[in-house]
Amino acid sequence: MSKLEVKDLHVSIDGKKILKGVNLTMNTGEIHAIMGPNGTGKSTLSQAIMGHPAYKVTQGEVLLNGENILDLPVDERARAGLFLAMQYPAEIPGITNAEFIRGAVNARLPEDKSLSIRKFLKKLDKTMQVLDMTEEMADRYLNEGFSGGEKKRNEILQLMMIEPKFAILDEIDSGLDIDALKVVSRGVNQMRGPEFGSLIITHYQRLLNYIVPDVVHVMMGGKIVKQGGPELAKRLEDEGYTGLRDELGLDIKLVDEEA
Amino acid sequence: MADANMLGLGGEYKYGFKDDIKPILTTGEGLNEDIVRQISKAKNEPKWMLDFRLKSFERYKKMALPDFGPDLSDINLDRINYFRRDSNSVARKWEDVPDDIKNTFDRLGVPEAERKYLAGSSAQYESEVVYHNIREDFEKLGIIFMDTDSALQKYPELVRKYFGKLVPPADNKFAALNSAVWSGGTFIYVPKGVKTEVPIQSYFRINAGNSGQFERTLIIVDEGASINYVEGCTAPNYSEDSLHAAVVEVNVLKDAYCRYTTIQNWSDNVYSLETKRAQALENATMEWVDGNLGSKVTMKYPSVYLNGRGAHGTMLSIAFAGKNIDSDTGARMIHNAKETSSSIVSKSLCKDGGRVDYRGKVRFGRNSDGSFSHVECDTIILDDKSASDTIPFNEIKNGNVSMEHEAKVSKISEEQLYYLMSRGITEEKATEMIIMGFVEPFTKELPMEYAVELNRLIEYQMEGSVG
Repeated sequence: MSKLEVKDLHVSIDGKKILKGVNLTMNTGEIHAIMGPNGTGKSTLSQAIMGHPAYKVTQGEVLLNGENILDLPVDERARAGLFLAMQYPAEIPGITNAEFIRGAVNARLPEDKSLSIRKFLKKLDKTMQVLDMTEEMADRYLNEGFSGGEKKRNEILQLMMIEPKFAILDEIDSGLDIDALKVVSRGVNQMRGPEFGSLIITHYQRLLNYIVPDVVHVMMGGKIVKQGGPELAKRLEDEGYTGLRDELGLDIKLVDEEA
Repeated sequence: MADANMLGLGGEYKYGFKDDIKPILTTGEGLNEDIVRQISKAKNEPKWMLDFRLKSFERYKKMALPDFGPDLSDINLDRINYFRRDSNSVARKWEDVPDDIKNTFDRLGVPEAERKYLAGSSAQYESEVVYHNIREDFEKLGIIFMDTDSALQKYPELVRKYFGKLVPPADNKFAALNSAVWSGGTFIYVPKGVKTEVPIQSYFRINAGNSGQFERTLIIVDEGASINYVEGCTAPNYSEDSLHAAVVEVNVLKDAYCRYTTIQNWSDNVYSLETKRAQALENATMEWVDGNLGSKVTMKYPSVYLNGRGAHGTMLSIAFAGKNIDSDTGARMIHNAKETSSSIVSKSLCKDGGRVDYRGKVRFGRNSDGSFSHVECDTIILDDKSASDTIPFNEIKNGNVSMEHEAKVSKISEEQLYYLMSRGITEEKATEMIIMGFVEPFTKELPMEYAVELNRLIEYQMEGSVG
């Protein structure tokens, strides 16, 4: 079992404070969801954990099995077991999707244990079937010209091929129709097991009908303000974030709230 | 990079070895009229060629160095060996090539490539071609493939008809020099309607220091015929500079097709100053595929004169300038007839203080109604020590034409790098992947072996680039 701990994390971007002391602990075998209104720092949390250079950690720690990973470069964090399914994955022309994924899989293996092309392709084919992806998606250039839905599926494809310890899914449901949402959820659910943990970031409760979380965190104003089980997500769906904010007596202005 | 040693690159220019070979004949350092006569005599040339050489030499003496591009004032033209013969005959069997020269080419992997996939192959060592061969089935079709010296002896009329017509000696100083002292090079004639898909290859090697290589290549693709020609170039590392001043003339007649691929990887003591020009007649297609990775200074602007209605010309190039490299390359598309089209795609990379410039010209002449040209220049500058400029020149004499030009200069995108690294790929490998992706439109057009080789060269160039 592995453990991911976020302790008192403060993060700024362009000098602006976004996270103001986030605490969160999760183990493999668990699915956590982070919900919260727009502009509250959910994506910042995911990028800071992964190590995006634009996000500056000003205070706090992120521990993976007790080791602080904040000094590690991005690629080492990834090889240590972290994965981030991104909201806006980069497009890279000239590199095929299959080449890239194989590179990523082999980056985790010692040179003499590289996955053979045949074994790799077998696994890739099988995984793409789970995600209802056509074969040609493997030969297209990485994310180039992919539709929004194709990009999301491709993120989950990478997740399933790489098999990280912890996967953060940053709004994997945005822009997906109900069918695509089911497919993506099927992929994530297939990953569920004692050696896998996931942190799912979403606005909406809908995704959580398909991937049922063990723990739900609510984030507002750069902090986690409430935790609960799956029922917390349902309650938010009914009452909205303002209801919870007022109940907790928080003095936070929500971005989308009308003045 | 981890696999550099596996590839035998060992952190140094892979082709930098030199072999100790005694020449059979050399004209020594420097150049004068007597040496021009000696070269012609050694080759037993007809009088018209001697006259052509002498006239060109007179021109050469009067002409100035180019007034644009890289600084050429450091070339010591008096120290160059203008002619050097290392073998007495052109071998047709690899076994007949003198052992020490054979050894050089074996180390370069040249005959291997031929056995695997080529229709024909030749190898030039210093001034002259030491080996050429063409597969019998292609020879039976009437394809002529030999060194230009031999072609002058065997097909004097054909050579005379086309020689020096596209690139007259007065074109530029180094074309004049080549016209005076030319030696070796490839001659290809493809008869009417004969089509070959399988490439024909020539390999050019400079081995001695202070050397001049002045090959002269002449290609004629007769009506409705097609040819795919590939050339590669390497040289050893020396502290003193060598000069490579080639002239290439390609005639693509009505409805014919020619693709001419070059992978230039001279060592960084070679000045490569080439004049490459093609003409495409009615509905003909001329394609240049041009990769420049080495040499101290490269000046090369392959051109296509679109002289017949519906003719099409393309240039697809990459230039990679590392340390001590100044690459000034581009293309020229000259639209002289109706409904002609051209496309230039130039990809440039520079790092470690290298300089890479695109210098191109598109000209629409008076009679170019309905013609079209598309120019695309992409550059990635890998560090702050390196520099790049895009210098396009357009000349439009006809109102009924259209032209597109796109230019983009960038650094390695931080978002792309982050994305790849977030999947566990190291920064070095990720940078390399982005670069490979950037040049992929070029490499995918190369014959397999060249593509593999080019990728290796780029990996080698990229080695240690992230620190």
